Amino acid sequence: MTSKNAIEARNVVKAFGQGETSVRALDDVSVEIRQGEFFTLLGPSGCGKTTLLRLIAGFEMPTDGLILLDGQDITYLPPNKRPVNTVFQSYALFPHLTVAQNIAFGLEMLGKPASEIRTRTERMLALVKLEAMAGRKTSQLSGGQQQRVALARALAPQPKVLLLDEPLSALDLKLRQAMQIELKRLQQETGITFVFVTHDQEEALTMSDRIGVMSNGKLQQVGSAKDIYTRPKNRFVASFIGETNFLRAQAAGQTARLPSGDVVELDLPATGEVTLTVRPEQLRLTAAGEAGALAATITNLVYFGTDTHVHLALSDGTEVTARVQSPATGDAGLERGARVGLRFAPGAVQVVGE
Amino acid sequence: MADRRFSATRLPGFATIAMLAFLALYIPILTLVVYSFNSEVTMGNWGSLTLDWYAKAWDNAEVKDATLRSLTIAGFAAVISTSLATMAALGTTRRRAFRGQTFIYVMINQPLMVPEIVTAVALMILFGLIKSVTGIHGLGYLILAHSAFCIPFAYLPIRARLEGMDLTLETAAADLYASPWATFRRVTLPILMPGVIAGAMLAFVVSLDDVVITEFVKSAGQDTLPTYMLGQMRRQLTPEINAISTGLLLITVAMLTAFFLLTRKND
Amino acid sequence: MTAPHLSPAEQAQIRRSARNGWLLSLPALVVLAMAAVGPLLIVLVYSFLEPGKHGNVVWNFSTDGWTGILWTKDIFTDSFVLADAHLTIFWRSVKLSLLTTLTTFVVGFPTAWFIATRSPKARALWLFLITIPFWTNLLIRTYAINEVIRAEGLLNLALMKVGIISEPLKLIYTDIAVFIGMTYVYLPLMVLPLFAAIDRFDLRLLEAGYDLYASRWQVLRRIVLPIVKPGIVAGSILVFVPSLGAYVTPRVLGGGKQMMIGNLIELQFLAGKNWPLGAALSMMLLIVVTIALLFYVRAANGEKSNG
Repeated sequence: MTSKNAIEARNVVKAFGQGETSVRALDDVSVEIRQGEFFTLLGPSGCGKTTLLRLIAGFEMPTDGLILLDGQDITYLPPNKRPVNTVFQSYALFPHLTVAQNIAFGLEMLGKPASEIRTRTERMLALVKLEAMAGRKTSQLSGGQQQRVALARALAPQPKVLLLDEPLSALDLKLRQAMQIELKRLQQETGITFVFVTHDQEEALTMSDRIGVMSNGKLQQVGSAKDIYTRPKNRFVASFIGETNFLRAQAAGQTARLPSGDVVELDLPATGEVTLTVRPEQLRLTAAGEAGALAATITNLVYFGTDTHVHLALSDGTEVTARVQSPATGDAGLERGARVGLRFAPGAVQVVGE
Repeated sequence: MADRRFSATRLPGFATIAMLAFLALYIPILTLVVYSFNSEVTMGNWGSLTLDWYAKAWDNAEVKDATLRSLTIAGFAAVISTSLATMAALGTTRRRAFRGQTFIYVMINQPLMVPEIVTAVALMILFGLIKSVTGIHGLGYLILAHSAFCIPFAYLPIRARLEGMDLTLETAAADLYASPWATFRRVTLPILMPGVIAGAMLAFVVSLDDVVITEFVKSAGQDTLPTYMLGQMRRQLTPEINAISTGLLLITVAMLTAFFLLTRKND
Repeated sequence: MTAPHLSPAEQAQIRRSARNGWLLSLPALVVLAMAAVGPLLIVLVYSFLEPGKHGNVVWNFSTDGWTGILWTKDIFTDSFVLADAHLTIFWRSVKLSLLTTLTTFVVGFPTAWFIATRSPKARALWLFLITIPFWTNLLIRTYAINEVIRAEGLLNLALMKVGIISEPLKLIYTDIAVFIGMTYVYLPLMVLPLFAAIDRFDLRLLEAGYDLYASRWQVLRRIVLPIVKPGIVAGSILVFVPSLGAYVTPRVLGGGKQMMIGNLIELQFLAGKNWPLGAALSMMLLIVVTIALLFYVRAANGEKSNG
């Protein structure tokens, strides 16, 4: 089995500052990114995702740890010696060069023959559908067009890995959604490993083969979109991806007792004081007083078009939120102050780490 | 571990050249200052530390006369040019571009674009004519000449400050029933003041510094400090010149420090 | 494309705004007309007059002032020959000015780059340090160089003490002395506009360049220099123009032997007793400088479309 990982980070630490005031932007991060996959680093601002990207690109070097590309140690290699290219958040297009000249730049620096530069540039222009703009200065293009130039420029030298630093954050919603589909298509067509950085969890869920969730310089969880959503490893991941309810409970084997006195079934056995998490869409509303259902009162209703968020209070006042499909007609008994029964879908209630 | 850093902004050799440039800029000036304290006249011998030369310069009637004249001219020129420049700045910024605005820019910046020797010769001829016709002599000609070439130097910092001002402040004043004059007096001018003072200081220093125009426009006996020094350089030089230079240098550094503090972008 | 139709009230307001602009600028314009621009016209007039016996002019029309720039009357043959002395001076002025501009650029660019790439706090300090010489009296700075390069000056003292030379170098009163003096005096004038241009430069473009496999030299040549070109042009003009019209530096460091155009002009009003020639020379200098400035304006405006 010779398939090495495209990128591997081993125990990477990046600290800024000295002594007591030193801050760890990356705290012992290890991750393996596979060949040809679309990998996303997801997390809030300051979690270290961009720092990790810059370490892979070569603009910074780690305080400790290793970065490997195709099994080779590139930790201290300068960026112009790494077969890795970046799409910058600000695009960083050269204002004094035309679109075509920007795209050709990397190939020129690599000393490729003129004919090859010409062919590849034309192919890149066709790939991002900007043939008509080849001779324009980049300042004359729209935001979306500039973004495509940045992409073409980074793909032209056929890097082993393409790094994308929040490239869609400056685009408006519709354009961003269109570009997400474009990027996914490009990645599958070219087969190049993409490492994508974003703070937008929906974006991550839409495009990625696998996601690495980061917070406070640590990698919290790595997995497919489905894994991370349905089996969050800790409180942070559970609340960062999608919405969830958190409940404290006393576990005793397969069941746990809530402060309201209700008993719920757990997904996996546990004991002692635990935090439970359950997704809003996995709560079912039934008639009040139904056997096996928890007693709850509706405190608020928020209409979201296809869904309605129902805010409920359990008998002891604990608040939970349920998400149900908006009723086709009428209220179907949903109004403020109504008493209802609450059920959980099987396997919905999970114990989650801190 | 991570000793080998990659810095995108580092260009090989640049830091070295920069350091050498700074050294090269300061060594001559510092030499001047250091030797103003040398009791020996020639540089080869170091006598003892002394303030004699400063005392000599202080007692020198010609030096005192020239200094007084320099300060007088610079004072008047700074006030006049700054007032004119402030009005011009108010007239040319933050309004819809009007016809002839470029002409005004060119006029205001003209002293910067013409070699001093040309202006000096021109003024010498013109003022010479006026003097022979009217018989009026005096400091007025020098003050007029200095005021003129100081205008662009005062104009630039004032204009910069004006353009950086938040327009909504004046809108807020109008919203609160202030007349245009009241807005100017109570809102615009106070905020503009650091720029005006910076402009005045720059004008003062430029006037104090002037050699060429002053040399050609002055009548006999109307020496300013720089023209006095220029005259001295034709003769046997003593460290008295060093002492005078150091004095001027101190004034410059003091003004410059104040200027930097005033034009810092935080208030 | 016609402007949108404005109401009479708006039109009146615009007219009033323009009128106020003129009124406020008027005092400054008057002073400048009297003591800066106006006098130039007088010089132009004087360049077309006859020289008087003891200086000043005789009010007769004559082109002698202008022809005198390049030709003099040979006192023996009474015919016109090329004024070699003048040509030497013109050549020296152009040569030294160009050399000074080049040298200040080669030294000034790394200096400006260094300052611009420091942290904001350090940058303020370095700017302060580069501005002090800029504001220091020209005469003081020229005299300071004098103290360094003359026979008993600092440089010779140091070199002799270390033993590199046994006799002092004869630097003062040579072309080299004037060149050193002008480079020293005008260096800050090159650094400041360069710094302004580099300060505006988006440093992230450097990372993009390295990301695309450029070497340090290529990044400098292919990315930095094209983008900061307006700053380079501005600095070059700011050094070339005063260098060409230099008067103090060649007088102090050239000792009357290494004359430049400025000194030649002065000569006509003193011992030369040829005011029209002095006036014509001044006009010529002004014309050359104006052409150089127009060059700059075109180059600077050409850059505007490069974003």
